[in-house]
Amino acid sequence: MNLRTFDHGIHPSYSKELTQNKKIEKAILPKKVVIPLQQHIGAPCKPLIKKGDAVEEGQKIGEATTFVTAPVHSSISGKVKDIERLPYPGGGKVLSVIIEGDGAIKEWSNSTDIGLSLGMYTPEALRTIIKEAGIVGMGGAAFPTHVKISPPKDKKIDAFILNGCECEPYLTSDHRLMVEESEKIVWGMKTLMKAVGIENGYIGIEDNKPDAIEAVDRITKDSNIKVVVLETKYPQGAEKMLIKAILNRKVPVGKLPMDVGVVVNNVGTAYAVYEAIKYNKPLIERIVTVSGNGVKEPKNLRVRVGTSFEDVLNQCGGITMDGEREVLNGGPMMGISQTTLEVPVVKGTSGITVLSGEEIKPGKVDPCIRCGGCVEVCPVNLMPYKLGDLGRLYRLDEFKAWGGLTCIECGCCSYTCPSKRPLLQWIRVGKVKVREKEKL
Amino acid sequence: MEEKTQDKPQEKPQEKPVEKLIVSSSPHFLRDENIPKIMHAVVLALLPAMAASVYFFRFRAIGLIIVSVATCLATEYAFQKIRKKPITVWDGSAAITGILLALTLPPSFPYYAAALGSAFAIAIGKQLFGGIGYNIFNPALLGRAFLMATYPVLTTTWSEPLAKTAKAGVDAVSAATPLALMKFEGKMTSHMDLFFGNIAGSMGETSAIAILIGGLYLRYRSYINWKLPLGYLGSMAFFGAIFYLINPSKYPDPLFHILAGGAMLGAWFMVTDMVTSPVTPLGQWIFVICGGFLAVIIRLFGGLPEGVMYSILLMNAFVPLLNKHTRPKFFGEGGQA
Repeated sequence: MNLRTFDHGIHPSYSKELTQNKKIEKAILPKKVVIPLQQHIGAPCKPLIKKGDAVEEGQKIGEATTFVTAPVHSSISGKVKDIERLPYPGGGKVLSVIIEGDGAIKEWSNSTDIGLSLGMYTPEALRTIIKEAGIVGMGGAAFPTHVKISPPKDKKIDAFILNGCECEPYLTSDHRLMVEESEKIVWGMKTLMKAVGIENGYIGIEDNKPDAIEAVDRITKDSNIKVVVLETKYPQGAEKMLIKAILNRKVPVGKLPMDVGVVVNNVGTAYAVYEAIKYNKPLIERIVTVSGNGVKEPKNLRVRVGTSFEDVLNQCGGITMDGEREVLNGGPMMGISQTTLEVPVVKGTSGITVLSGEEIKPGKVDPCIRCGGCVEVCPVNLMPYKLGDLGRLYRLDEFKAWGGLTCIECGCCSYTCPSKRPLLQWIRVGKVKVREKEKL
Repeated sequence: MEEKTQDKPQEKPQEKPVEKLIVSSSPHFLRDENIPKIMHAVVLALLPAMAASVYFFRFRAIGLIIVSVATCLATEYAFQKIRKKPITVWDGSAAITGILLALTLPPSFPYYAAALGSAFAIAIGKQLFGGIGYNIFNPALLGRAFLMATYPVLTTTWSEPLAKTAKAGVDAVSAATPLALMKFEGKMTSHMDLFFGNIAGSMGETSAIAILIGGLYLRYRSYINWKLPLGYLGSMAFFGAIFYLINPSKYPDPLFHILAGGAMLGAWFMVTDMVTSPVTPLGQWIFVICGGFLAVIIRLFGGLPEGVMYSILLMNAFVPLLNKHTRPKFFGEGGQA
């Protein structure tokens, strides 16, 4: 069978066997959580509580003040210990609420009966519930979901894609969800489709997850949702690449999927939508894959938002090996290195990857030998070796002319480079500098 | 180029000792590939061609390869030492230059001249530009061009392969190469002889099959792009065929073009040189098509019997321009929303 895919890209070693057959386990209830008031792309939330207040599990503690933002909720019941700026796994510091738990657990699945059938909801009502539940894109970028499913009236949307690619090495949280909770995911997907008002749905899954394909296919048979099997290739799960592979449409430079009539959401998001509608449960928990050669017992855990990386890692046997290690929020291709294990799991934490020993990249950089490898793998057809130099040297006009802002930061170029040149890092420098300059 | 910084996690005196966390920019995970690995594969791929040259030309071949490689390594070392740069003599790239240069020389070529050419190739052809990755021209070909200008007679005096003359009981018999025979005497050499190498010529250029084996190995390791060697040979065959069809009695057939002289060695080991070939798909096509055309034109109408060397060197000069003007279209560029 000829599998659908996009042009270029890479085939890294995925190492998914560490966790792909491990059932999702419930993590231990944390004694303390740190909940950042901005866990998404958009404006930070306004705190609704103050030091010393008692909070319930699922209580809204940060209010969305503009459209592009999402409220945050307390993931445990307890008392607000403090509100201060603390390290955030996405980098930098963010105003965060520290909550000390009292050990009480709320049973969500029994707490309400509403939402048994979709018929009673209007699209507006669904969007409101999704917004109030604080749901954001759970693939990693954490873009508020209610914004994605509210396309402006002049955009004609005709296709909905559920992203089940999970092309990042090591990560298996979406994979496990599709295997274990396929029904709920499809239900969540139908909800999202109703909220946008479209009939045509596709679920894109890479062919290295045959059990997930089978599980989802069984449920979507005889419906208007089609499972599309895709070639296992990185970055298959990048929105633009996924749309190209499934619908053969190219999102123009600087435009969004909705400009070609498509809305894309992640498998994890669909699951969160299911819980929000069925149980009225806000996004306070997520599946996190804990993996990498630096972890003793790799696992897929259902973790409460706000649990520290250290707590999570301790439940996986802790970190192996002495010496150097790198702890990532996410997978090795796009994840962000952490400076401390105190950082909390947030809505966008799809995995915690610990690399150690030989897996940590060397610091030595050799000259470019113009092998053209980066040009060959770039999924958006850039010339990374050139952009890297232009970005590094702040030659910003040229950087822009050579398409620097088109970069989707997938990292294929750096991965491929035999000289170990940090091409993506330099391109990021260029992007930041161009944006700074344009703001002035 | 410090891309790593180390950060201490917050103090936790009652717990474990302070851990050492590495912080770097993504991706955190790189392909297991590096310059020495690529270059050593190329050296390995050159083994059949070297073996063929030793088979056909015996001791002279071994001597020339050793002299050239040793001079290249020594020159690279001296330059890096003087410029206080990291010593990368063993990365294999200088050795490749030495081997390739030796393979382009006639077997009777004097050792001192081979050494001079090798020193020129590395010093002027590579290190003066800034070392690996910065040179514009293929260093081995530049060294060869230098020798051509310095010793015009020595570089064009060929002898029959020893494997052939040994039977006749003589040491060395001077002979013309198939290309010279074609050009100056109108004589053709059989394709079989060209393919297996029982002909006069440069050491490594005589046996097409030995080079092909090495080239296919490089392709198998995905270190070369099909486009480059096949495009170059295809272009030579195409333009060769045009002339052959115009006047078959005067011009050689296309197969002769790609089997004779330096075509095979050039196509598989010099056109494919990463540093001196374009990186864009369109640029690569222009590079090989124009290169093949130039080689045929020089062979048929130039003052020299062989045109591969100058065709590649000339096209090398256009690589920066090609890279600049053949940028691929961005994903979604010019698309309508």
